[in-house]
Amino acid sequence: MASTYGSYGGRYVPETLIPALDELTAAWEEALADESYTAELDELARNYAGRPTPLTRAERFAPEKRLYLKREDLLHTGAHKLNNALGQVVLARRLGKRRIVAETGAGQHGVATATVCARFGLECVVYMGSEDMRRQAPNVERMGLLGAEVRPVEFGTKTLKEATSEAIRDWITNVETTHYLIGSCVGPAPYPAIVRELQAVIGREARAQVLEAEDRLPEAVIACVGGGSNAIGMFAGFLDDSEVELVGVEAAGAASLGTGRAGVLHGSRSSVLADEDGQIADAHSISAGLDYPGVGPEHAYLRDSGRARYVGTTDDEALAAFRRLTRTEGIIPALEPAHALARVDDVGGELIVVCLSGRGDKDLAEVLSHA
Amino acid sequence: MSKTLGIYLMSGPETPELAAAAVEGGADLVELGFPFSDPLADGPVVRRAAEKALAQGMRTKACLECLAAVRELVDVPLVPMTYSSLLEAYGWERFAADAQAAGATSLIIADLPAEEKPELRRVQMVAPTSTDERLRLAADRTDGWLYLVTVTGTTGARHGLSNALAGLAERARTAAGDIPLYAGFGISTPDDARAAAELTDGVVVGSRALEVAEGGPKALHGYVRSLRDALDSA
Repeated sequence: MASTYGSYGGRYVPETLIPALDELTAAWEEALADESYTAELDELARNYAGRPTPLTRAERFAPEKRLYLKREDLLHTGAHKLNNALGQVVLARRLGKRRIVAETGAGQHGVATATVCARFGLECVVYMGSEDMRRQAPNVERMGLLGAEVRPVEFGTKTLKEATSEAIRDWITNVETTHYLIGSCVGPAPYPAIVRELQAVIGREARAQVLEAEDRLPEAVIACVGGGSNAIGMFAGFLDDSEVELVGVEAAGAASLGTGRAGVLHGSRSSVLADEDGQIADAHSISAGLDYPGVGPEHAYLRDSGRARYVGTTDDEALAAFRRLTRTEGIIPALEPAHALARVDDVGGELIVVCLSGRGDKDLAEVLSHA
Repeated sequence: MSKTLGIYLMSGPETPELAAAAVEGGADLVELGFPFSDPLADGPVVRRAAEKALAQGMRTKACLECLAAVRELVDVPLVPMTYSSLLEAYGWERFAADAQAAGATSLIIADLPAEEKPELRRVQMVAPTSTDERLRLAADRTDGWLYLVTVTGTTGARHGLSNALAGLAERARTAAGDIPLYAGFGISTPDDARAAAELTDGVVVGSRALEVAEGGPKALHGYVRSLRDALDSA
């Protein structure tokens, strides 16, 4: 299993966590080779989560193209995050861990984690920046209803960066009883590889579905990138199809790949928003899920190798795409994939697949306040 | 044999005077924090001190100047303690060379386990969760002494000394032979220090020292003296 991606990745964490990461790596490799693990996940994906998710033609949104949306917004809990949460909780149970900690930005990963913990009767603590709790109040309420304890993080930017640091500190303190259920393809090895594999179902399904519908591969696939988990899952399905362009879309104010530099954040070396001294900079995005100064190490590698390219979308462009999809297709997207939708017109080629990573209910207040 | 007393201070304008007061009070070693915006191993006290230092402009170059200024006032070992991100930005080898030129005795990097960057000589940290194999690896690679993290957790005062230290110290002793073992994290009172030093060759006090240092060099001197007396009475 990959622990580095070129010069990116690795395990830059305090020694206290290294034995737990070793244990997790071994358990993950064992689980992947164990048919009962993959069978359990498949069963949960079908009968609990609602997989496979549809691939929907969006004709009125992009009349000049043949645009398809991979509908992760229709997954249980309303976003792709559940794919990862289910896989990791089943893994945590194999490890005998009864307590789960997670970080959340938009709240979608927190809701997915709280959901799965409720399903399996596990204790669940979610760290969330107080600024994000304000922006994403409905998700805070959902997590509470599901039985999770949401702990506000009040320092620094009060967003996902600090929530992630605080979740890792909790894990350092409670490592013997606790599994850290990281929500994106970031963090120390083996997390980026685990999250990628658990999200790769998006790309596998999308590839088969687009072949079924069009009898050919798309010219491009587009996905939004914060930490980058829906994008890496989508890209995983098309990585070996060199004729398919892979386009990641970052928030312009949180473009870790577009304007970042090599740095170390939250346990891995990647491309991060940092100053020349290595101090992590603040990200700024209307979308809490993209408001993160780091990105998964594999994305940094794909950027450098040229296999994927990464572009930016401003807050205003994302809001416009949000409204356009709502009015043309009757689908209210989350603000995160609205960033990807905003770039559809600029990407070359006719046949395009966008990962619609989540639904927009959580963003209504934010969008209406910008009306 | 006398036990070693390490005191952790955050880089800042007052740090040279504080370090001199700590050494005058009986410190044998000074760890000098180079602040990082996202310090995973640190509890609230060190985190606040780092935020304050960054707000005062204590970036890497200013920290190296602070280190040199401390070196002019004291002649005990000086060990910068920081995080990988600063070295990644500055250049790993360049950082080590410039720190040494400024008077550093070694380095501690809180988020760099022994198997990453083995060529970079530094003081290795071990924890209660470290396996015996990892203790041997850390002992093999460490620079001068081994840092025993007494708790599974972040820096900061606890109520009493961690129960995990005795087992860790015994296993580390087996793995490390004659290499000195200094215990840190969660040691704040003279009683903690004495109890930890009975199991090891010395202690490092961080968060509580930072809090006392807020009251100035004289307050820090008195506090360090109380730790020294406790260690010497052990």
